[in-house]
Amino acid sequence: MSRPEDILPPDLFYDDNESRKYTTSSRIRSIQASMTNRALELLDLQEPSMILDLGCGSGLSGEILSDVPEDEGGPHVWVGMDVSASMLGQALERDVEGDMLLADIGQGVPFRPGTFDAAISISAIQWLCNAETSDVTPEARLKLFFDGLYQSLKRGGKAVCQFYPKNTAQRTMISQAAIKAGFGAGILEDDPDTKSVKLYLVLSVGGGDVTGAVQGMDGVDVMDARRQDRKRGRDVKSKKGSKAWIMNKKAQMEAKGKIVKSDSKYTGRKRKIAF
Amino acid sequence: MKVLTLNFLTCARKTCKQNPAAFPLHPKEAELEQIETDINPLFIQNMLPRLDWEAMKTVTNELGLPNLPLETPTAEALVDESSGEPSQTLKDLHSLLMETSVASGKLVCANCGHEYAVKEGIANFLLPSHMV
Repeated sequence: MSRPEDILPPDLFYDDNESRKYTTSSRIRSIQASMTNRALELLDLQEPSMILDLGCGSGLSGEILSDVPEDEGGPHVWVGMDVSASMLGQALERDVEGDMLLADIGQGVPFRPGTFDAAISISAIQWLCNAETSDVTPEARLKLFFDGLYQSLKRGGKAVCQFYPKNTAQRTMISQAAIKAGFGAGILEDDPDTKSVKLYLVLSVGGGDVTGAVQGMDGVDVMDARRQDRKRGRDVKSKKGSKAWIMNKKAQMEAKGKIVKSDSKYTGRKRKIAF
Repeated sequence: MKVLTLNFLTCARKTCKQNPAAFPLHPKEAELEQIETDINPLFIQNMLPRLDWEAMKTVTNELGLPNLPLETPTAEALVDESSGEPSQTLKDLHSLLMETSVASGKLVCANCGHEYAVKEGIANFLLPSHMV
């Protein structure tokens, strides 16, 4: 499957033609709508709120935000940011209600602290893992983005970012960057182990537990990586150099996103004495 | 670009972030337009404590809009006591925050002097990489 992220930078990839195709395709529209509704469910907003839409594109997700009925806490007011001028042009043609900025989310979020109640982002932040010029790095762009997002949200605010990571390395790079910025983070995986797997990065300002976001939802298993870590710390320390110690170190490195050799029957085994 | 959004936008440059002069951005050669929308009393009530009223006064003054009251209106002033209907204050706030918008012009940072162009209601916040 080809990834648009590997072809061109977003502002060039989504030209007039591609933006129109994207916005008019009924398949993309229905996928986008279901993901936006899922994100709204995770945000669990009770009152009309100010929402930041990161990578708003042609406003497919924004439309849904403005259309939330009154008894479900809407309608919300949103401000969108996108790097593709053609996509924003499509949004203008479709006459969406939110304000939009032509801006690169990898350059920060230009709002004063505590502006937004919540933020959503549908299929956008994986673009931050690409550096298009030699004077920027993905890590620096992710840092600017998450730092800016953290500031612009009010305390107790939440953000839900649906994204398509290319591999596990990208997935950990993004979630680690969010945690470094101070967010309490968790990843919700819909339809795991299928081709249409959807990842939602759930972030909360003020850190702490984000598992509350999925409380009361059907069919969601919570796997808490933090709690496992803590339990491991309480165990009696294994002897340095032992097999258990090596496995522990490898797991730690893998959690950090480092490349780790896969385990085999030789892992941590003593060498034969040659003489 | 609604007046509401103008009350939250700051300069995008990292060096300006800490400087108080980077907020609010000053509109220049702005063309305004009025777009009618449905009134949403609860939203305005939620936004009231978050508004920077000093910045509101500066910006409306620069846009040539009528002068605002000296203080932020209180939440009680939004509802007509006798009828429970939206009061005139709320209607005025709604028309200013949600319906008045900058269609084109420039937004200028008072700290670094960078001008952000606004066209068809969309502000261009893209920065060349040496300015981030």
